Amino acid sequence: MNSLNKSFIFVLFASLIALPTFAEDTENKGLEIAKASKAKDAGWGDSQAELEMTLRNQHGQTSIRKMRLKSLEQENDGDKSLTVFDSPRDVKGTAFLSFSHPNANDDQWLYLPALKEVKRISSRNKSGSFMGSEFSFEDLTSFEVEKYDYNYLRDEIIDGELSWVIEQFPRDKNSGYKRRIVWIDQSEYRTRKVDFYDRKNSLLKTLSFSNYKKYAEKHWRAKKMEMINHQSGKSTLLTYSDFEINKGLNEKEFNKNALKRAR
Amino acid sequence: MKKSIFHPTMFCLLVGHFFSVQANEFEVRGNIELQGRFFYEDALYNSQHDNQISLAAVPEFYWSWNDGNDSFEFVPSARVDQHDSERTHVDIRELSWVHVGDDWETRVGIRRDFWGVTEFQHLVDIINQSDSVEDVDNEDKLGQPMINVSLVKEWGIVDFYILPYFRERTFAGAEGRPGIPLVNTDNPLYESSKEQEHIDWAVRWFHSIDDFDVALSWFDGTSRAPDLIPTISSQDSFQLSPYYKQISQLGIELQANLEDAMWKLEVIHNDNSDKDYWALQGGIEYSQYGILDSNADLGWIVEYAWDERGKESFSNFQNDLFLGTRLAINDVDSSELLFGFGYDLDFDSTSVLLEASRRFGENIKVAIDARFFESDEQQDPLYLFRRDDHIQLTAQYYY
Repeated sequence: MNSLNKSFIFVLFASLIALPTFAEDTENKGLEIAKASKAKDAGWGDSQAELEMTLRNQHGQTSIRKMRLKSLEQENDGDKSLTVFDSPRDVKGTAFLSFSHPNANDDQWLYLPALKEVKRISSRNKSGSFMGSEFSFEDLTSFEVEKYDYNYLRDEIIDGELSWVIEQFPRDKNSGYKRRIVWIDQSEYRTRKVDFYDRKNSLLKTLSFSNYKKYAEKHWRAKKMEMINHQSGKSTLLTYSDFEINKGLNEKEFNKNALKRAR
Repeated sequence: MKKSIFHPTMFCLLVGHFFSVQANEFEVRGNIELQGRFFYEDALYNSQHDNQISLAAVPEFYWSWNDGNDSFEFVPSARVDQHDSERTHVDIRELSWVHVGDDWETRVGIRRDFWGVTEFQHLVDIINQSDSVEDVDNEDKLGQPMINVSLVKEWGIVDFYILPYFRERTFAGAEGRPGIPLVNTDNPLYESSKEQEHIDWAVRWFHSIDDFDVALSWFDGTSRAPDLIPTISSQDSFQLSPYYKQISQLGIELQANLEDAMWKLEVIHNDNSDKDYWALQGGIEYSQYGILDSNADLGWIVEYAWDERGKESFSNFQNDLFLGTRLAINDVDSSELLFGFGYDLDFDSTSVLLEASRRFGENIKVAIDARFFESDEQQDPLYLFRRDDHIQLTAQYYY
């Protein structure tokens, strides 16, 4: 019997006899998958990549943003990342430093080269648009298990891969989402797709991952991420290139002094 | 003046653009700007004009080596103004070498550095002199020669500065507007007999703890903000001369990201030979993200400024209330709108600021700024600008 049928029967059984247990079990299963996927990817150390962001409006007009991204894995905390913008030219040199925390507000600073100013960004700024794209700030911060409550929904085949379908409920009240539905493939724990539901619980955006490539024989990274906004008709395509892992970046490249000298 | 500046300006305009290449080791970028100011009230002084055009350029040259641990930066800046000989000027914004160690950094040369958290006034910011002819908001700064050592510790970042040369504040000339033609910058007065050669120093500790940012700073040396002293010129006429005192200044910066708002506070204590004083600037910024189901963000700012010297203060901001709102559309062209309103509770004077900007294509940015001043009391520093309402159009080309 395949696992799809198994879970179907389980659902029937559980809903007839023990509803509370059922809820708890799907919560646990969702949580366990999240933990396992985080654990499976642990040990990447640091990474850097060049990014191209293609913004497309409802009329099909496009505009391109370019940036560089560096990330540093933390032992007992969320990851650190530094994003430096290369285009459009008037924002070149603008840099964004983010410290993600599993159980507290993220710390975010923006460096404005024209004024030489390091400006703190409100941790409330989760749902705000990142650089005019369909990605919000929270879509781009590192995934931390503690940031969500979970509910396993079902198994489903997507992109030819048997995947778990899991609901994630952001714990942060400043999140722009009521919930996300995430498809994670069972063979390699790669996120395949995410549906974002806004605060009113209507489908807002869909993020699709493609062109997965394996680094250091272990870490899968999607080279393309496309976010489609169903409500506005706009979309953003993120393309990664020159992705490198474990190149020995260290803490000194992720503090406020590093932010100021980002080019 | 205009002739001697022609060559550096052409250099800034042309060289930067033609060398615009990108490599790991060497990079050139910058911008060229065309600006027009339009005044629609009669000028207070006969020498001033109703329209003013200027052309400016800021190329940036950057070299890095040793895996990025060493870098050198050169940023000259030049502006040619149609009327104002003081606004027609060149400056070296940056000419410095930065070396990065594991938990320390040295920065030697001419640089700019910013301190502070508030929006409507930068009280604590003191390392650089204001290049006031660039814009009346004093946000443009002259390059400052310095030796700066920065230590990165668990308990924060500490910066030590030695500032071996003093830069005078720039003031609009006789034909410049907005401006006070009475100010004569040719013979500035100094408290220290060493004048511009006085060696200043400063130290600042800066740390972030959870949702709080804290900074404490100490500056010892020549005040960046001059007093304007009535003197008699060589032609026996009345004029105002900048007088630069020796001061010690304590600076406190606090920023707290509490719930939905950002709380900001800057406090200074200025210790000088005349009269010591405290001053503060503080307020709240509240932001709404994705308003009306769009990508647009809307921010609201309320700030208050206070200066112990009260009405005798040379500062414009001795008992003032500020309201501001900022709309960022977050569209492809980065369209932004900023509205600011300042009200002086002592003099009942008001100033209004409106800034709108957007990008055209990939390389051009256009901004419209409008400024209105209303003041009826002679004692109010703003009184001298009461006829200087204007609209400013700026087009910048970035490469």
